[in-house]
Amino acid sequence: MTHLPYILASYGLALGVALVLSIGAALRLRRDRARLASLEAARGGTPRRGQAGGSA
Amino acid sequence: MNGRNLSATPTLTGRAGALFHRYANPGRFLRLGDRMQPWLTWPALVLTLVGLGWGLFFSPADWQQGDSVRIMYVHVPCAWLASSGYFALVVCSVLSLVWRHPLADLAAVEIGPVGACVTAVCLATGSLWGKPMWGTWWVWDARLTSVLVLFFLYLGHIALIRAFDDPQRGYRAAAILALAGGVDLPIIKFSVQWWNTLHQPDSITLTGAPTMSHSMLWPLAISTLGFTLGFAAIVVARLRAGVMESRIRALLSSPRRARDAATEQAA
Repeated sequence: MTHLPYILASYGLALGVALVLSIGAALRLRRDRARLASLEAARGGTPRRGQAGGSA
Repeated sequence: MNGRNLSATPTLTGRAGALFHRYANPGRFLRLGDRMQPWLTWPALVLTLVGLGWGLFFSPADWQQGDSVRIMYVHVPCAWLASSGYFALVVCSVLSLVWRHPLADLAAVEIGPVGACVTAVCLATGSLWGKPMWGTWWVWDARLTSVLVLFFLYLGHIALIRAFDDPQRGYRAAAILALAGGVDLPIIKFSVQWWNTLHQPDSITLTGAPTMSHSMLWPLAISTLGFTLGFAAIVVARLRAGVMESRIRALLSSPRRARDAATEQAA
């Protein structure tokens, strides 16, 4: 397989980018969920999973 | 027909608007997104790994291209997602400009970077295939050039959406750019027919039988489905985060709430 480096680079690049995007989205989601929950709690309301009634 | 009858008969635009606005409520979208997320993420992971594993280890080498054909199992799904991701951006732009759908703007913000990354991978894997097959990393071929233009359109959309102090103006300008850039999609699709290109013609079309062996078609179909679900999963996760950030901004913009937040942070 003389083309192995090209094949491995293609698969590595695609999986690497997918991994970075997935981890980035998961971390952002976790951070925002925690921040929203703390703000809702500070407001005196009960934070509920999946609730965000403000304007998007 | 009097005015009452006119108002009682919803137009196509009105009905479509009502349907789209059903999910304009951020809370309803977040609940839907919560339920959808695992159904997108896990099948995406399994299908991608099965498709790529099959393509890398079990599918046959091409009689002409040899093992380099295995790059196809990454390159083709990325090429498909680059175009369909931009089509989603065009749909969001229509929803934003015609119906002022608030989630359409947020979706456009989140689709742009993911689409740009996928297009970059498509171009890079194409180059990685081109070097051993054509003997060059790049040619100014109609298909390659039109995909490069698509990549710049994604970058322009990302830049424009953040270029204004007023987010609404950014959303509007980016939506107009996305709509105008939509003309690149048919050019990408038909470039291999309209011009004499080095890039090979489509092996899979809607009107004809595929021109590739089923032993290659199956892993390609599975990895394309996996990549598509993965793209959707990442966009939905980012969009959920975007909706939450918008809610956080709304909370912090209220003086009383800002004071509460400051008290909380001090504590």
